[in-house]
Formats: sequence, structure tokens, C-alpha cells
Amino acid sequence: MFDINLFALFGQLLIGLINGSFYALLALGLAIIFGLLKVINFSQGALYMLGAFGAWMGLNYLGISYWWALFLVPLAVGAIGILCERFLIRPIANEDHLYSLLLTFGVALVLQGLFTHWYGSSGLPYAIPDELKGGFRLPFMYLPTYRAWIIVVSLAVCLGTWLLIEKTKLGAYLRAGTENPQLMQAFGINVPLIVTLTYGFGVALAGFAGVLAAPVYSVSPEMGSNILIVVFAIVVIGGMGSIGGAIATGLGMGVVEGLTKYFYPEASNTVIFLVMVLVLLTKPAGLFGKEA
Amino acid sequence: MNNKKLNLILLGLALVAPLVLYPVFLMKVLCFALFACAFNLLLGFSGLLSFGHAVFLGSGSYITGYLMLSVEGLTPEVAILAGVAVSAAIGFVYGKLAVKREGIYFAMVTLALAQLAFFFYLQAPFTGGEDGIQGIPRGKLFGVIDLSDNLVMYYFVLAVFIGGFALIYRTIHSPFGQVMKAIRENEPRAISLGYKVNQYKLLCFVISATLAGLAGSTKALVFQLASLTDVHWFMSGEVVLMTLLGGMGTIWGPVLGAGTIVTLQNALAAGPLGNYIHVIMGVVFVICVLAFRNGLVGELQKLVKRNF
Repeated sequence: MFDINLFALFGQLLIGLINGSFYALLALGLAIIFGLLKVINFSQGALYMLGAFGAWMGLNYLGISYWWALFLVPLAVGAIGILCERFLIRPIANEDHLYSLLLTFGVALVLQGLFTHWYGSSGLPYAIPDELKGGFRLPFMYLPTYRAWIIVVSLAVCLGTWLLIEKTKLGAYLRAGTENPQLMQAFGINVPLIVTLTYGFGVALAGFAGVLAAPVYSVSPEMGSNILIVVFAIVVIGGMGSIGGAIATGLGMGVVEGLTKYFYPEASNTVIFLVMVLVLLTKPAGLFGKEA
Repeated sequence: MNNKKLNLILLGLALVAPLVLYPVFLMKVLCFALFACAFNLLLGFSGLLSFGHAVFLGSGSYITGYLMLSVEGLTPEVAILAGVAVSAAIGFVYGKLAVKREGIYFAMVTLALAQLAFFFYLQAPFTGGEDGIQGIPRGKLFGVIDLSDNLVMYYFVLAVFIGGFALIYRTIHSPFGQVMKAIRENEPRAISLGYKVNQYKLLCFVISATLAGLAGSTKALVFQLASLTDVHWFMSGEVVLMTLLGGMGTIWGPVLGAGTIVTLQNALAAGPLGNYIHVIMGVVFVICVLAFRNGLVGELQKLVKRNF
């Protein structure tokens, strides 16, 4: 145990933090949508994949740079999400919420199937933008600039979203809508509009994560479904009661996964699911869960 | 009376079907029909959406396949029983964990647990990883009846299906099934009436997992193959679709749904749309949820009620 290779350990920790950043962004989007719509968006992973493909297609077909993609692609993904919400999810808003889960699962199948058909299942490369190439040589590890950028920018987005929800008037509407949408409607607030915008924002986060991920993971149709199942486990671990909880659990589980990759690589695929089992056994409502 | 007549007609049709249709295709339909019926017992009659049912199908198929291939002279019924037992055991453990959460969380927990099993089967040495277990011998039933002939195998699979289906039918129409329905309709009320709801849910989950395992074990013998496809999350989605399309909570819905989906897949795989199978399945999903929540059988029943 004492001859720990610090270089390798920090390397895995860094990868863990990066994965954790993506988990946090996706879990955050799921939690926001769930809070107001009580819908678990199964297409969140497919929209993350769409974000990565959006960046790739923008660059290769339209010459849109990474920086513009980072801004434009989430808007586009958000717009697609808004269309989905308006025309697919809203008509069944009053049915059992399991139906919306199945509906979004169907949407995910369609998106993943189309991209597999168009681009095959092997990944496409996306170059790191020039401004973020290179890295820093720290005493204990080498830190590539782009990886540092991922962690900083996703933390900033998570923090910004948290502040938006907890500290602004719009966020207050959102929280009120989570508590009691009927009463809020009675106060003259356009609840359906807030619902649509919330859904759009939640999936835009997934699109944003997709653009961020494009240069580090290869852009492939299956990137979404694999990460989404892990994010589901994270959501079960953290509970969806609090926005902060979703972010913290996402990052934390990324780190746990990174550490496992260093100490016992065979279990690195499964460790998050095992943590979920432990949490279910000891604290069934989740670490930050509120339900009885 | 009417029902009995219908059942007899269906049985007759099933008996002569292999004379007209390709037996392997029919066996595939029967295996998936049993799988979907087992799933429907859970979703349709107790309202629990498991998004990880492929685990039970795949475990049955891996265990049966592995035993048939590696144990000399093992008869298929023993291998099937072993596969079913393992599925039931996993069902018990997973069910114990999953019933701690409800609704959407239940679906996510089962999906995550299924993914855990998927990685286990991917890495475990006995499953052959990406290749799966190939060339599984069908063996001799009870040491006497040679199953290598497709027609003989078909009647065996039909018998397995009828056995499983009858068990599900009995379960639904037993006092236990009535309690399950009560829990589905109004859980707090069932609790206040003194029912230990979680135990009922767990038992239902185990029965469903066991029969899904039976479907998987049989399927491994039919195709002489056990592979990762059987434990993949996509398979879990497929069985949801079969049940939803056929009509959840109806007795015959899952059978019809499984038949439709398998036929559709076979037809598409041969044609130019073969690459679009996932897309088409996704579209069917969306249409079912938006416009067709009662499923084929549910809509038929409505039609019959309105006109006769």
C-alpha cells in the first residue's frame, strides 16, 4: 500500500474528476427536470450524445469553431428539447409518470439509432481547440489544459445553475412550481411556460456537457446510453431532492470511480452501482433524499 | 365457456403452426412471449416497472448454456432448472433492493442493477465475453427424447410456454394476485388493511424473474447460443415495448406484443430497413405511449365492448 505511484494516482483522480463533472452536469439536468415535471428524462443521454455530434457536425460541415459550438449547440439541443416537451411530453403530463419515462426512452432509441445508422458505431475524433492545447507540469502530475478547463467550466455552470435556482426570482418561481404548481398558476404565473423553459434548460445542460465531452471522449452514438445508466445510479444514490446534492454526488462518484480505477481496476465499471446497493441498504431514500 | 373455446382454438393453432411456419421462428416467438408475460405479471398486475428484466433472461440463458456445454451427459431439463434457480436467486436479491424504492426510482434501480450484472457477465470467464457461449447442445430430454430436431424442440418449447403461462394465469387469479392488484390501485390503503406490501411486491418480482429465467434458459437451447444481447439494457427495453404494444395488464397482450415485435424484427432484418430497427422500435414506443396506451388487446377489448 505504501508504494503508491502518486503520478498514476493523481492521473486517475483527474480522470475521475472529469467523469464526475459530466455526471454532475447530467444529474443536475435530470434533477431540475424531475423537480418540476416529475419526469425522468431517459433521453438525457441521447441529447448529450447529440451535443457532441452537434459540435462535430458544426465543425466539419459548417466550420463552426469549438467556442461558438459551446454556445450554439446547447441552444439547439434546448430547442429540440422544448419541441419534445411541447409536442410529446405535455400531452401525457397527466398520465402515470412511467409513461413519460417510456416515451423519452423511445426518443432516445430513435436518436441513437439514427446516429448509429448515419455515422456507424465507431467514434469520431474532435480536436481540442488551439487555445486549450498543452498543459501544466505540476510537481506531482501533468495537467492538460483542456482537462482543467472541463472541470473549471462545468463547476462554474453547476454553481451558476445552483445560484440561479436558489437566489433569483426565476429560481423562486421554479422552486414554488416544484412545491405546488396549481397554487402558482392561481397567482397568475404562466406555469406551462416555466415547465417548457425548465425542460429546455435541463436538456441544454446535457447538450453543453456533450460539447465539452467531444474533445476528450470520442464522439459516438453509444456515448449517451452508457453514461446515462451510471447517472441514474448516481441519482438514486444522491436522491433528487436537492440540486446541490445532485452536483455533489455526481462529482463524488466520479472521484470514487477514479480511485477504484487505481486500486482495483476490475471493479471500476461497477463500483458506482455497488455504492448504489450500499446506499439502498443503509439509507434507502438516498444521501440527500427527502422522501419517507 | 367462450374463453375455454378460444383457448382450445389457440392450442389447436399452436399445435399445427409448425407445419406452416418455420419452427425456429415460432420458438423465438414463444420464448419472447413467455418473457413478456413474466414481465407483464410485474408491470401490468402490480404496477412495478422493471427496466432490468434482461438480467433474468440472460442469467437463465448463460447458466443453462454453460452447464449443457461443460457437463457431460447433462439432460436439458436439469440445465433449465439450474438456470431458472439462478434467475430466481438473483431476482430475490435484486427484488429485495428494488422494492425499497417506488415508481420511477424502482425503474432506475433495476436498470442500474441490471447494468451491474451486464458488466459481471462481460468480465466473467465462463461467459465468453463478446463471443458469448456458442454451440450449446440441446441434449436429450429426460435422457430419452432427442431435442436436436426442430419440430421436437418446438413441442417442448410449446409445453414450457403453456406451463409458464398457466402459472402466470393462476397467479393473477389467485388471492395473491388480487392483493397485488389492490396494491397497484391504492398502496396506502393496502398497507392500512394490514398487508405487508413489500413482501407481496418481492414475491411478485421473484415469480416474474423466475419465469423470465425460464424463457432465457429455453431460448439458449433453441438458438444454442447465450450472448451479451440477452443481458443488454436494450433487451430490457424490448420486453417493455412488447408488453406495452400488446396491452399491459391483459393476459394475452404480451403474447400478441411479442409475436408482433419478433415478426417485425424478422421482416425488417431481411429488407432494406434492417439498419433502422432501433429507430423503428423507438417510434413504435413513442406512438404506443402517445396514442395507444391500452395496447393491441386493450383496444380490441374496447372495440368488442362498444360493438357487441
